[in-house]
Order: sequence, then structure tokens, then C-alpha cells
Amino acid sequence: MGNTSSMLTQYDIEEVQDHCNHTFSQQEIVSLYQRFCQLDRSGGGFISADEFLSVPEFAVNPLSQRLLKMLYGLNFKEFVAFLSAFSSRATLQQKIEFIFKVYDSDCNGKVAFSDMLDVLRDLTGQFISEQQREQVLTHVLEESGYTKDSLLSISDFMKTLWNSDLKMDVEVPVD
Amino acid sequence: MSSPGKLNSSSSELDLDRPNIEDYLPSGASIQQEPHGKLRLRDLLDISPTLTEAAGAIIDDSFTRCFKSNPPEPWNWNVYLFPLWCFGVVVRYFILFPARVLVLTIGWIIFLSSFIPVHFLLKGHDKLRKNLERCLVELICSFFVASWTGVVKYHGPRPSMRPKQVFVANHTSMIDFIILEQMTAFAVIMQKHPGWVGLLQSTILESVGCIWFNRSEAKDREIVTKKLRDHVLGVDNNPLLIFPEGTCVNNHYTVMFKKGAFELGCSVCPVAIKYNKIFVDAFWNSKKQSFTMHLLQLMTSWAVVCDVWYLEPQNIRPGESPIEFAERVRDIISTRAGLKKVPWDGYLKYSRPSPKHRERKQQSFAESMLRRLEEK
Repeated sequence: MGNTSSMLTQYDIEEVQDHCNHTFSQQEIVSLYQRFCQLDRSGGGFISADEFLSVPEFAVNPLSQRLLKMLYGLNFKEFVAFLSAFSSRATLQQKIEFIFKVYDSDCNGKVAFSDMLDVLRDLTGQFISEQQREQVLTHVLEESGYTKDSLLSISDFMKTLWNSDLKMDVEVPVD
Repeated sequence: MSSPGKLNSSSSELDLDRPNIEDYLPSGASIQQEPHGKLRLRDLLDISPTLTEAAGAIIDDSFTRCFKSNPPEPWNWNVYLFPLWCFGVVVRYFILFPARVLVLTIGWIIFLSSFIPVHFLLKGHDKLRKNLERCLVELICSFFVASWTGVVKYHGPRPSMRPKQVFVANHTSMIDFIILEQMTAFAVIMQKHPGWVGLLQSTILESVGCIWFNRSEAKDREIVTKKLRDHVLGVDNNPLLIFPEGTCVNNHYTVMFKKGAFELGCSVCPVAIKYNKIFVDAFWNSKKQSFTMHLLQLMTSWAVVCDVWYLEPQNIRPGESPIEFAERVRDIISTRAGLKKVPWDGYLKYSRPSPKHRERKQQSFAESMLRRLEEK
């Protein structure tokens, strides 16, 4: 396990639980702490990009670079808050908010055509030309009543994704 | 790959020999309903499957699990157990340990005083010299095993000295080699190590016919493959032992076997090794401790208990590729030793996965998207 010798006290667990709005149980937080310490090999209190990329399953994910920017420098409390959207106790609203944050890389509350194009490029790679990507994106945007120049807000995302079958749950293994 | 005009084909060709990773991933991870129906905005915005996979990997992944070592907990959790445990510590560190060091020292003295004369004086009588050296190496390995009070149960027919056969085993620690060597003087292929281990490798192990490789050198593979082939064909050579995982794993899982041992055109004899963690965890986590510390840990525990199974020799079946053959043998060994299989290459401990995996995901997403665009 990790090199940090500090154990989580009951106070720590409750503080973390508060910070993530009780989306994780106390046992899950203890498991997440063990995992955090396991990944944080250098013991710096946060997991570096290299340490994340040492997990092959994460390194092969098309959105890994985007997520690494969001995970940069997070301490344990913030790490749990980051993962809270994936808990089965999280609301659909919280999950959609997380997806919005992934798109909104400059955190200005608006998602532009270029943001959506960036994510689509990560997901499709070299298998579709840039031109085709723009065409497809423009096409589906116009079908939903937006244009290429529209700036989508969080409420637009809520409206679009509310009825979709969003499945974004990850189980935290508890010993 | 033939596909309707719009799709660009992959520049990195799909390696048809690779076993299908999707067969190994836990169900629910990648077995999602193929999305269908006309492509809408929400289908492009909904990146939840990819995000879920990423979060799943962050929270728990099958690769890191292979190298996790749980330090054995002291069992002194009750008032009456504590003095008993303390007594045990005293016995282990101050009675057993010195006794073991003594046994090992005696063993080395006997070994060196026989090996050095035999090696230099019998230069002309090769056959006799080889036989004696073989027995001596088996002897010193037995001394090593005794120094950790190794309780090893061997099952199955003992390896015989025949050409055109190679032995493969799962790998947990360098002591695997010592445990197998005390029964049969194998020739082994190993990474050259620094320090006193390296010294042992270049002197004593040379005599049983070892082959060195260097993980970091790319060209090395071809040179080593040739050396392996030559060795296997030689009648007088000791049977060759290979650890196809290429790295130490924690004896609960097996990582993918490298195909090198399986394309030599000879029969492969699987050997399964399972350690019982009751007294000590034999997994050598090379990132956490040096081999010396690992040995000291073993020598201050009560015993090292393990089972070794020599399994039925396997031959490559017609139409089977070396990778499929390797996977089949890995299956045999994992089943026998009760280990779970994971689809990862052990060398990922030292390097990043190839972009091929990500490209495959991107390709399937792109194909699905374009297909749905066509639908009305």
C-alpha cells in the first residue's frame, strides 16, 4: 500500500463525506483512500499525471488527457469530490454537470463549437477527417435548433441529456 | 479494412494475433448495448460510457491489482496473544535467523570448496565436470531453500533431460528459480542484475548454461530468440526454464505470456507454482524492496510453503498461432495454481500501453457514429 503513514480519522472521513455531499458511504471513502495512497507512490499528497498514466486501463482511454487536466493537483478530498459524479447515489443533474465540466475546459460556463469538436476529435481520432467531424457536429446541432456559433450553457446540456439513458455509475470495491 | 467510403483506415494495422482484450474485461465494463437510431445531439454530447471506463480505471484496475502486496499482519491483537507473538519474534530473529545464516554459510563453504576445484581442474573432462557442477548447483539451491525452511511439495513427473523441450512457469519472485533449481538444474533466461546477484549470475549460473537478456534493448529480442533456439536443440544442454510473464506478479494473478518461448518449435512443459501465504508473502515487489531485503524477510519468517506442479507437456496445435498457444498454456497454469488471468503485458510496469488500444476504441466509436448518421 502507500507510503503515507497517516490513517484517516473519523473526523477526516466525515469532512470528506460532507465535501462530496454524501455521495459515498464511509466505507467507500476508506477504500478510496487506500486507492489514493496506492496511486500516489511518491507520497506527495496528490496523484501526478505520470502516476495516473501508470494505470494502463486509464492510459488507453481516449479522454485521458482531458481528465488529467481536471485531476491535476487534487488532494484526497477533492479527488473524492471529483469522483462523486460516478457514485450510484449521485443525481442525474450532478452527472450532467460533470459532463458539462469535461467539455467546458476553460471553465467559463459556456461550451462552444470548438469545445465539442475537441472532445469529438479525442473520441474518433484519425478515423474521421476534420472536415467530416465539423459536418456531423453542425448537422446534429442544427437539428436540435442550435447553430455553429451557439454557446451552450449548463441548462442546454440539462435539456438535451435529461431524457437520455445516462449510465455513469462506478462501484467502489469495499473489502 | 473494407468499409463504406467515408472511413479512413487505421495506419497501425490490427495485430490479428493479439488475444481479444474484450474477452477479459469484466462484464458491464464494455458490454454495452450497441446504440442505434438516428444520430442526435445528445448522442454526441453523451460521453458517459468513456468517462465511466476512465473513472472505473481510476477507482480500481486489474493491472495494479497484480502487483499489490499486502504485508502480513502480526497476530498480536489480544492480550494473551501478544506475549506469545513476542516470543515468536524472539525465536525467529534470534534463534532461527542465526541458525539459518549458519546453515547457509556452511552450504556456501561446501559449495565453493567443491565448485572451484571442479571448475578449474576438470577443464578437459567436460562431461564429468558438467555433471558435477549440475549436482553442486542443485546442492546450493537446497541449502538456500533450507535457509528459509522451505516446505515445497512437488507434484508430477520430474523434468527429464531431453532436447526439444522448454519449461515455462509463472513468476512470483526470484526464489521461484531457486525452488525449481534444487530439483533439476535448469538453464534459465534472466535479466542481468547488478550487485552480488549479478556476480552469482556471471559465475555459477554460467555453468548451467544461462542466457541473458536486456529488457531495455529492442534489438535484443532477436539475439535472444536465436540463443534460445540453439540451446533447445543441443543434446547436452540443461533443460531450459523460461518465465514468460517477464516480471514478478503477486501470485494471485497471471499477466500475459510473451510468445518467445512458444515459437521455438518444441514442446512446452508448463510448471505451476503457488505459494501459501500463511507465514510469509513470497511475492518480491522489486519496486518496494531489494532482493537482499526480500531474502532477509524470508529468513526471518517461520517458513516458505509452496506447491509446484509439473504439468503435461504441450505442443502447438495445427492452425494455432504462438500467441494462442501461449494463452492456452497460461490457462493451464492459472487453473492449476488457482490464479486469475488479466489481459495486460507485464512490461506495462515499465512503459506505457501502445496507442493501438486507444485507436481501436476510437475506430469503433467513429464507425458507430457514421453508421447512425446514415439511419433515418
